[in-house]
Amino acid sequence: MTRFRDLIAKAANPTGTVFILLALILVGVFAMNPGFFEGPSLMAFLKQAAPLVILAAGQYFVIVSGNFDLSVGALVGAQVVIAARLIDGEESRTLPVILAMIAFGVAVGLVNGLITTVLKVQSFITTLGMLLVLYGAIRLWTGGAPTGSLSEAFRQAGRFGIEDVPVLGQVPWALLIMIGLGAGAIALMRSRFGRVLMASGDNERAAALSGARVDAARTAAFVLSGLSATVAGILIGGYAGVSAQVGDGLEFTVITAVVLGGVVLGGGRGTVLAAMAGALTIEALFTLFNQMALPATLRPTVQGAILIAAVAYAARQRARPAPAPATPTATATATPS
Amino acid sequence: MTLLAPERDRAGRRPARRLSTTALIYLALVGVLALGGAAVALDGGNLFATANLVDMLTRTSLTGFLAIGMTFVILCRSLDLSVGYVAALSSLVAATTMDGQPGNIPVAIGLVLLVSGLIGAANGAFVTVLGVNPFIATLGTGLILKGYLDTQYKGPAGDVPAVFQQFGYTRIAFIPVSTVVMLVLAAAAVWFLRSTRTGHHMYAVGGDVDVARMSGIRTKGVLLAAHVLCAMFAGVAGLLLAARFGTGSAEAYTNLYELDAIAAVVLGGTLLLGGRGGVAGTVAGVAILAVLDTVFNVMQVDPFAKDVLRGAVIITAVALYARRQLDRTARRPRFTLEGRLR
Repeated sequence: MTRFRDLIAKAANPTGTVFILLALILVGVFAMNPGFFEGPSLMAFLKQAAPLVILAAGQYFVIVSGNFDLSVGALVGAQVVIAARLIDGEESRTLPVILAMIAFGVAVGLVNGLITTVLKVQSFITTLGMLLVLYGAIRLWTGGAPTGSLSEAFRQAGRFGIEDVPVLGQVPWALLIMIGLGAGAIALMRSRFGRVLMASGDNERAAALSGARVDAARTAAFVLSGLSATVAGILIGGYAGVSAQVGDGLEFTVITAVVLGGVVLGGGRGTVLAAMAGALTIEALFTLFNQMALPATLRPTVQGAILIAAVAYAARQRARPAPAPATPTATATATPS
Repeated sequence: MTLLAPERDRAGRRPARRLSTTALIYLALVGVLALGGAAVALDGGNLFATANLVDMLTRTSLTGFLAIGMTFVILCRSLDLSVGYVAALSSLVAATTMDGQPGNIPVAIGLVLLVSGLIGAANGAFVTVLGVNPFIATLGTGLILKGYLDTQYKGPAGDVPAVFQQFGYTRIAFIPVSTVVMLVLAAAAVWFLRSTRTGHHMYAVGGDVDVARMSGIRTKGVLLAAHVLCAMFAGVAGLLLAARFGTGSAEAYTNLYELDAIAAVVLGGTLLLGGRGGVAGTVAGVAILAVLDTVFNVMQVDPFAKDVLRGAVIITAVALYARRQLDRTARRPRFTLEGRLR
């Protein structure tokens, strides 16, 4: 009986909400198309969802420490274009270019983090500026349209996998990368770094006074976000091909996913697993829309309505257990910084 | 970046510590104008030629309307990411209601203000009643509107009568009418924030919502009012769009006006964390962006380089403000060691 009650408590907590939502959407998908849960189509779904899940993990670090990263979409686009331009179809260049991309992702994250922490510019503005800079710079560099092409080896990660696995068919590399990075992210949040990050987002001053290096942790969060955008860029480039537009609007989708996972904007609350589940939920939602043959133009409407409803539901839950102290927190944390 | 050098000198030496932020922003605007003028002159042009002045002022009106409205919500420590969609919808509502008949203009204007006000009220209700983070609430509203616009309107719709198109094109000497309207509304907004009770309450709510509530302010009503005003200003921007295009256009939202507006507000010295700033600064912020755009245009800077420079200018400006005025990344500390916080 207590177990059952525990389960209810877990489900009612905003972090749990996303799993229920995910389950409901998957049931919906199953009702529309029972074949969805057969190995190959499930694997295809996960392969497609992997980049967003990885981005959500990266964005989670930034959000939980009390910041925003609006530049990830532009960074993903930039990375894809850089890869195509530098590799230019030469197999031998794959590895060096991937290393260069990682360095670039780290550099962008570092710049975001240092401007935010050292120069005290709010992250919303920092990363908005970075979005503009990356967007313009990449088009300036390529003269408007991306040039070059990717190598076969580069495409492996996004497009292929371990073939001929019984039942499942192809196990995509993207899925394995997603699981690996997801596990890494969970481990990281359980480490000292994770606790410092969480404390920085919850109460910056208290964290600083208790000896945590808040600025260092926040900068590291931005670097992790830059890295996640790099990996996502590699996967998306391999999967979808070269286009400077691949990342457009992605930052809002990712933030939506993280928030859907019960992570509070303003920091200090939520788990990385739920953030990744939020990304999976969004992808499942898109699949459901496909199954329902919903007109493509109507999708944003449903997406927006679900977003507001889910967050309102989570906010209600957060306010309920202890109305008096929780209400001010709910409104006070409701701020972008 | 170097365009803002005069301000940096001032802040660096810190002689005139009491100079208000708004005054500094206008100084920065003068500096940008001077440097821009010099740069254009070196290039063999004249930034202050009539055509360029007209271009500059025309650019201010649209962003101006959106940024004035955005100032209200940002002052209240909120945000509105849906203004671009509201403006696009408003342009359609205006154009389809007018439908070429000059007699319909008053009805159309009233309807636009009603629709946009209602959207603002919905935003405000999501934020205050449902407790949804404003970033998410207004992003959601924007998505809902985007879906509606994409589904309902495949192309331009409606017809704006020639009389109303004057709003978009007429000029008094070199000053476009739309800019005059923008400045009048800005003056009204300045008055509203300085002289009315709700205006003062907006600063209080943005400064600290708990303290404001405990002082007896109905914080939810204030936030709601800010959101309604913001959306109605976006509605006015939609009217201007309709007047300029001659029809309603759903595509208008693709220009990401909301980010422009936020950039202008922040450039104008209003804190993204609320409680400080004002519309006078916002107008200067809008003007700085417009001057930069015109300078880039006259000098035929690559449009993509414009984005790079814009991003750099915004970050630099905000970094300078942050250095100068505050250490308020989280909250205003009440008891501090003098030496530790600037």
